Amino acid sequence: MALPLFAAFTIPLINRAGEKTRNIFSLVIFGLISFLVAILAVNVHSVGIRVYTFGATAAQMALPQGYMVPVRIMFEVDAMSMFMGIIVTTVTLAALIYSLHFMKGRTGQARFYSLMMLLYAGMMGLAFTGDMFNLFVFLEIASIAGAALAAYRTNMADAIEGGFKYIVISAVSALLVLFAIGILYAQYDVLSIAALAHFMQYTPLDMIALGLLVGALVMKLAGVPLHMWAPDTYTVAPAGTTPMILAASYISMYALYRVTFTMYGGLINTTAIGWVVIIIGVLSMFVGVMMAVHQTDIKRMMAYHAISQGGYMLLGVGVCLAVITDPVALASYGRDAMNGGIFHIINHVFYKALLFMTAEAIFFRIGTRDTNKMGGLARNMKWTAGFYIIGALAISGIPPFNGFASKLLIYESVLKFSPVLSVIAMFVSLVTLASFAKVFYSAFTGPPMPAYKEIKEVPKSMIIGMSILAVLIIFFGLFPGLIVNTIVAPATNALINHASYINAVMGAVP
Amino acid sequence: MESIPLNFPFLASALLVGVAFYIILFKRNLIKLIMGIAMLSSGVNLFIVALGYRAGGNAPIYTDVPPGPMVLSVPQALTLTSIVINVAVLALMLTMVVHIYRHTGDIDSEKSRKLKG
Repeated sequence: MALPLFAAFTIPLINRAGEKTRNIFSLVIFGLISFLVAILAVNVHSVGIRVYTFGATAAQMALPQGYMVPVRIMFEVDAMSMFMGIIVTTVTLAALIYSLHFMKGRTGQARFYSLMMLLYAGMMGLAFTGDMFNLFVFLEIASIAGAALAAYRTNMADAIEGGFKYIVISAVSALLVLFAIGILYAQYDVLSIAALAHFMQYTPLDMIALGLLVGALVMKLAGVPLHMWAPDTYTVAPAGTTPMILAASYISMYALYRVTFTMYGGLINTTAIGWVVIIIGVLSMFVGVMMAVHQTDIKRMMAYHAISQGGYMLLGVGVCLAVITDPVALASYGRDAMNGGIFHIINHVFYKALLFMTAEAIFFRIGTRDTNKMGGLARNMKWTAGFYIIGALAISGIPPFNGFASKLLIYESVLKFSPVLSVIAMFVSLVTLASFAKVFYSAFTGPPMPAYKEIKEVPKSMIIGMSILAVLIIFFGLFPGLIVNTIVAPATNALINHASYINAVMGAVP
Repeated sequence: MESIPLNFPFLASALLVGVAFYIILFKRNLIKLIMGIAMLSSGVNLFIVALGYRAGGNAPIYTDVPPGPMVLSVPQALTLTSIVINVAVLALMLTMVVHIYRHTGDIDSEKSRKLKG
């Protein structure tokens, strides 16, 4: 955790030494960070939940001597946190490589890399935290860095507007989270998530806090009906950062799951919360894809798709949440739904990042995002077209790409829960494919526009960034069982068995 | 102090949050929107500090403390952190409004929109 923050603050200094040095420095630091994250991932999966307490005499000691209640701020990494950490790290790696060339010739580049590192630090902190107030702090860090990155291109008026909307929504959402944290603290005098889960009784004030938290986090992850900021912000963010802001939205979704499953887990005795999540998911899917079909701006269309795919994840996890108190249903289809929803997070981040990168590649070479003006690009931009095809097939759920695996899991399990929802999900998938095919025809095939006859392919670093994601997409598609067993299933178990999370912190306290 | 009911800070906080929501949702001037967010943060911070109050408590400082209960100090720490973060957020928002004004010459949110659909 210290490494990204260190990198964020020293990059402006290194910038004085020249541009190449700065680029190499960021790559090296980030390589180091990825390596550490990989070690942590292997450790968490083999050993179990890792707890790191700030300021204690031993890193594992969650309860200070003589106290019954954890009072220190801690990081608690379980399989679900590690899952989100892996996603964020991979996407940032690809985005960093992609941005190396994309930002050539722009001013203020030191600030760009600094902000990227800050955003990364904020997201990782949000994924790893075991403390509610720490969650708020990292949420704000990620929001501020993300908004500054989104509005990076200050010479374009719509970029600033997108960034402004993002920061307004994030600020309101974070303040509501703070309000809910205040309510919870007033009740229980503890702030760490595990301790709150341990002491939680489901009083009406807790329900208010839960409602506030769900509302605020749905605002942050662009679920309908609080999604208005997402198309604007995703469209205008410069290339490498759209995947990262996307990842920030899904980290907020992780925070939502952490709150509902771990804190309130055993006590939600109605299916109401589950149904709320399901309805938000279905609305997101439907509204997202319907608005996406008639867009002419390629990135805006992809942004609407991002909203709709987020709906898939909410649907899968909502089904599991609705049946969490019913052991028979949970065993038969609840776990599969959750596996599908969580697997879909990682799949979606990968292929959506790839698609955004291809769109920005087009923008980089042509200077417009309007599909009515494009035409016949596949002749000159072969790699970009290839990546676009991979991304579009993956998002529609066509085998052998990874979208198929996760969507199949969601379809099958939701079918057992309620057939209507499954039909809606499949319909949305169809419309997704239709809209991507339309854009493909207009942008890549067809007679070349006279103005663009001399367009070259995009530079190497951008291709490398895109191919990292493409390779991962194909790999995940070919071996979905492997991926589900190693990283998705432990994440699901970690969320459903919230007792193990609590015990890692509370120790021998009964 | 006896004539002020103990609930008063919470009522004030609820009033601030309510007015702030009205402003954020219904006002079109961007500067008023930012003021609404500042008011929302004030309301939430007031709520957090108020919930730490113990009746007849003293300030949570150990030097020369009079006998008696102390007001809770953790909410005060939370509030300080929150004030600092909200200052940063407000500064960022104001910068963006300045840029928007330079580009579109207007700070009415209806007239300065470029992204539609």
